[in-house]
Amino acid sequence: MTASAPAVADAVAQAHRREWAFVLAATVRVTRDIDLAEECVQDAYARALEHWARDGVPERPGAWLTIVARRRALDLLRRNARLARSLPLLLDDVHEPGPDEAAAPAVADDRLALIFTCAHPALAEPAQVALTLRLVCGLRTAEIARAFLVSEPTMAARITRAKKKIAAARIPFRVPGADELPARIQSVLSVVQLVFTTGHTAPGGRVLVRTDLVERSLDLARMLRVLLPADAEVSGLLALILLTDARRASRTTQAGELALLADQDRSLWDREAIEEGVALVRVALRARPPGRFALMAAIAAVHAEAPSFDQTAWPEIVGLYELLGEAWPSPVVALNRAAAIGFADGPTAGLLALDALADDPALEGYRYLPAARADLLRRLGRTQEACAAYEQALALSDNDVERAFLRGRLDGLGE
Amino acid sequence: MAGYLILIYEDEASYASADESVLGEVFAEHTAFGEANGAALSGGNALAATGSATSIRREPSGEITVTDGPFVETKEALGGYYLIEAADLDEAIAVAKQVPARFGGVEVRPIRLFD
Repeated sequence: MTASAPAVADAVAQAHRREWAFVLAATVRVTRDIDLAEECVQDAYARALEHWARDGVPERPGAWLTIVARRRALDLLRRNARLARSLPLLLDDVHEPGPDEAAAPAVADDRLALIFTCAHPALAEPAQVALTLRLVCGLRTAEIARAFLVSEPTMAARITRAKKKIAAARIPFRVPGADELPARIQSVLSVVQLVFTTGHTAPGGRVLVRTDLVERSLDLARMLRVLLPADAEVSGLLALILLTDARRASRTTQAGELALLADQDRSLWDREAIEEGVALVRVALRARPPGRFALMAAIAAVHAEAPSFDQTAWPEIVGLYELLGEAWPSPVVALNRAAAIGFADGPTAGLLALDALADDPALEGYRYLPAARADLLRRLGRTQEACAAYEQALALSDNDVERAFLRGRLDGLGE
Repeated sequence: MAGYLILIYEDEASYASADESVLGEVFAEHTAFGEANGAALSGGNALAATGSATSIRREPSGEITVTDGPFVETKEALGGYYLIEAADLDEAIAVAKQVPARFGGVEVRPIRLFD
């Protein structure tokens, strides 16, 4: 059976998106070397284009790719014994897989081990994020560089350095033991959240949302939910992404201008995503005490379920931010709490809470502090001070859509 | 298995001003650490304070200079080390977490092997 070229290209692209992590992780299990495994997996995808055109798309593309990648790895390992000797050992349980094992259709799911290697705390966070996108999502270095606004050579160097550290320091390819697992899961979740927030509001450039990154973070969160179904924080993160991203269509106007939560057309919100997110929040909140992602998702759920901005349950949101501040003390959480107080108890109370944070060095240069302050001052009619705060926020933002919004508010006050 | 060096960096001034009972506690902590991790340990020593250090550098001219003091002046100075054997970084970190270092912290470095 032969398949048409576009159909094959499409099947390979889908397998790339869905199966990359599975195929790579299963191959690392054989090679114990990430670079070699990547090379073999890339080779397998290239062969798929050719073979699938001739023989048809296999029933289980992931299994086909894994077998081909592992067979190639074994060939290379056997052919080059010297290479095999000098391989940095990623695994301590050294074993030589036989040809049967490489060809076995049932391959253990090593994706979780791969994810924990990429998000290992011995790697710097930017490196964790880059490695996760490259090795778990299969993104090219150029794509990752574009997403994080660095040059391709810079990103390539970052990835190479991280891989070298994995090999030299022997960062294990393994799911951590029960005593370490909760802390290590948090570091994985932070990586996924960083991918999401970078996509949700691009740090610079012409568009507000980097859809590709948002969707990758959703893929990652869904994969984690499959691999760690009992973890409440994993459910919390998936809920947070679904509930936040459900508002995507309403966050900019047709002209591409930023629409704040207060002004968003709620009929554009993705009800299906909200329904799925709310159900996950209920699961996530069962953990005692509720974790940081469960609480953030709960806040997003309260917004998602409010029929209008004015009918938002603000006291509930303030209370959730207080719990979040206990679970995850952070000046950004305190800033959001102050903004929520501004709606629950009025702008005077909000400003009081916000001004208590003004001297926090962690918020220095954080554009949402003067932006939140400007909004409270505007609502209090303190126009001059509001203008000054908008100017401050403008000076700190590099995103064109955000800048246009702030500029608009500033011009509105000048009239 | 692989070798790792655990370097102990601590504030020397805190040791200089600590009283005898604190020093006794630190000594007891190191003894307890050694007993608990005997299987992983393949060596370790405390170093005399950086005031006793001598640095030797070769200048671009080829001249060798010998100077008083540590190679780099830092608040937290290298004051001791343990050499351990571990399967991987996670195991090494698990040992390193137990190293007493109340006036600072430790750094874990893999030992490099040459074929």
